[in-house]
Amino acid sequence: MTQKLGSFPGGLKLNGQKKRSTQVAIRKMPLSKKLILPLQQHIGEASIPIVSVGDKVLKGQKIAKAEGHVSVALHAPSSGTIIAIDEQPIPHPSGLSALCISIETDGEDQWIKRQPIKDFTEHTEHEIRQLIRDAGIVGLGGAGFPSFIKLNPGVHHHVETLIINGVECEPYITCDDMIMRERAEGILDGIEIMCYALHVKNCVIAIEDNKPEAISALELALGARPHLKETNVVVIPTRYPTGSEKQLIQVVTGKQVPTGGLPIDIGIVSHNVGTTYAIARSIKHGEPLISRIVTVTGREVEHAGNFETLFGTPMHELLEFCGTKRQPEEPFILGGPMMGYNLSGDHLPVTKTANCIIVGVDDGAKASTPLPCIRCGECATACPVSLLPQQLYWHSRAKDLDKAKEYNLFDCIECGCCSYVCPSEIPLVHYFRFAKTEIMNQQQEHAKADIARIRHENRLARLELEQQEKELRQQQRKAALAATQAAKVKQAAELPTEPQTTDSQETQ
Amino acid sequence: MLTAILAITLLALILGLVLGFAAIRFKVEGDPIADQIDKILPQTQCGQCSFAGCRPYAEAIAAGEVDINRCPPGGEATIHALADLLEVEFKPLDEECGVEKPKMLAVIDEDRCIGCTLCIQACPVDAILGAAKHMHTVIASECTGCELCLPPCPVDCIDMVETKPKPNTWRWPDPAHIDLKLGDQP
Amino acid sequence: MTDYALILISTILVNNIVLVKFLGLCPFMGVSRKLETAIGMGLATTFVLTLSSISSYLINEYLLAPLGIEFLRTISFIFVIAVVVQFTELVVHKTSPILYQVLGIFLPLITTNCAVLGVALLNVQQGHGFLESALYGFGAAIGFSMVLIIFAAMRERIAVADVPVAFQGAAIGLITAGLMSMAFMGFAGLVHV
Repeated sequence: MTQKLGSFPGGLKLNGQKKRSTQVAIRKMPLSKKLILPLQQHIGEASIPIVSVGDKVLKGQKIAKAEGHVSVALHAPSSGTIIAIDEQPIPHPSGLSALCISIETDGEDQWIKRQPIKDFTEHTEHEIRQLIRDAGIVGLGGAGFPSFIKLNPGVHHHVETLIINGVECEPYITCDDMIMRERAEGILDGIEIMCYALHVKNCVIAIEDNKPEAISALELALGARPHLKETNVVVIPTRYPTGSEKQLIQVVTGKQVPTGGLPIDIGIVSHNVGTTYAIARSIKHGEPLISRIVTVTGREVEHAGNFETLFGTPMHELLEFCGTKRQPEEPFILGGPMMGYNLSGDHLPVTKTANCIIVGVDDGAKASTPLPCIRCGECATACPVSLLPQQLYWHSRAKDLDKAKEYNLFDCIECGCCSYVCPSEIPLVHYFRFAKTEIMNQQQEHAKADIARIRHENRLARLELEQQEKELRQQQRKAALAATQAAKVKQAAELPTEPQTTDSQETQ
Repeated sequence: MLTAILAITLLALILGLVLGFAAIRFKVEGDPIADQIDKILPQTQCGQCSFAGCRPYAEAIAAGEVDINRCPPGGEATIHALADLLEVEFKPLDEECGVEKPKMLAVIDEDRCIGCTLCIQACPVDAILGAAKHMHTVIASECTGCELCLPPCPVDCIDMVETKPKPNTWRWPDPAHIDLKLGDQP
Repeated sequence: MTDYALILISTILVNNIVLVKFLGLCPFMGVSRKLETAIGMGLATTFVLTLSSISSYLINEYLLAPLGIEFLRTISFIFVIAVVVQFTELVVHKTSPILYQVLGIFLPLITTNCAVLGVALLNVQQGHGFLESALYGFGAAIGFSMVLIIFAAMRERIAVADVPVAFQGAAIGLITAGLMSMAFMGFAGLVHV
């Protein structure tokens, strides 16, 4: 507690708007008739289905396996029948569809046989990681990076500190707050497992000072576990975007993660509290990741709160359950008001990364036409990564992508501080997202063009070789023909004297 | 008068020798600019620029024989990149060569294919697989969408389909369309 | 020593060849669209200017003056400059083909860059010695490169900014150059001799 805190530049003090959804304890969302499970709910390769249409599955049964290293498994959130494996709309800013497994639930919610582990120290760290991978656990803070990778420091790194991220700096979202208030024991279980897997003793649970209930809940639970003496709750000032991994590390340790580097490079690993809890469930209870806490809040929501929701539950059912004034197909925000995106479409499923649904932002920015940039520089002051959003804006807008990259576009965490403070209401982050995907697309196309060039050159070389061989053969045939003809003539002329002795090889 | 002529001649002689030496010493081999231009071109090898592939077009640009706006598959982005590299003014795409189309992919209707191998011979990047009298198919990841396989097909069984964006290749739309246009200030 | 320092300050800032003497405006406007090119042009011009002011001093001092044929000064200076430029062109073509392509016509045009001949003639006119001539040429070249690079950096930003339609392109470039020139006029009081 006495640890000196660091800081990061910029950032914002935002109105939390969190009271609305923290009045009631976490509730369970009733079972939905149909669950839609996208095969890609995480960063990396999509999982591969291992069931087929018509199969009966039990709750917690694995229905898709991990493909490649950066990937995790997927499990049936409830018992029922697989009714389809096809393209379905997914919650993505593009509004596109992707391959999903649909399950018709039978209402019995019957678990598959679970294998809880009483003493995880009997297993090796590697086995623990594999269990976590097979349980389909990904970062529940919003990014969805497979957690088992972040529990593997590798041979070249030594982890000094594990940071448990309970900051939740974005307004409206309260799912981490509620899980810390109500499930502190489970979180501490998860910390024990993580510390074991990472060989680390020092652990920091970082919580913003606007969550006193969560702080006291965790301190209370921690008091009952004297063996966790190097685990501390660190209270940090409320400022957006402290919850972003690199900014949090800067606040807690005062160290900066280098550009293009990972926290592990400076001996730090950080995990979200929700992820920590999910890891505890998977090891101690043998339950794979099949549900998460989703905050449903906003001006238009009657019964705002946090709901333990099975993955695949259609979002509109969740919204109906909470009672919203929302009309069908009316857009809503998935994620926070700063970094989330608008979605519309009623049948989008809740996924592993869906932390918050907002219907009706209180002081929402009206969609106004942006005014010209007045070069006030507010955006540079607000930027938590010390970038120059204004320069990035000019270059992104002119599609001068190389220049944008020179100004470290890829260090942008898309926190939205610059757009928020812009007096001209220029959608700066939108420009940066646009420029980033354009650059990535260009790189892909360049790679493809390089392959095409090599294939074309190989083809030309092959054709030339074939041509040469053909000519050679033709020459040989001609020579042979000429030789035999010459021989015949010779034979005819010299028939009475001598038999011919022509070497066809010679004429080549 | 004579001294002046002599002095100037001497001067010319010495300087000429220096230049002659430099010309040998700093002789340039190959054509490095053509390489860089070739890197920018999309390598569809489609020949819409009226050259027999991307490399010959790159060499022609480097030699200053043709304009930079003759590549429809590369579109505006390629012309911008070329203009940037060579520091010349941007020019809109030459409509003689074609129009910029979304990225396409050749797909063989396998029921109609008679296995004539003509498209295999036409494909500049060896992206079509098959043997005589057997069905052919396009390796989707290698197809550049150059359309060169369309004309030789005797039964018209090749279709060009637009490649649909997938969530992981999807690009955020350009926000500039809601932005103020240049010079619109009141 | 102070004299040499003064020559440098005077040529770089106070009597800047471009913004105060208005020599060499053609490449100043022509090759300032991109920063990298401007740097390349600056380097090439620095090389040419220094070398040509040295060699023109040598020719004037040891060839023209002893023989009493100073009336051939201009033509032989142009002669020398042309050779130095050709030499530079060969070197640039070898070392940086892209810079060669990008500089294009402006590279041989250094020959007719009035700044180069101007500096050579000013050297003679002001009766500079060997070291003074070299410094004068070098300083003028540094001044030229400096304003060229500053101007290119500004133009890069102007290129992506919201410039009113009527001012876009060369117009805003000339206005910027004018403002820069006024700023450099302010250095006039820097040195009191």
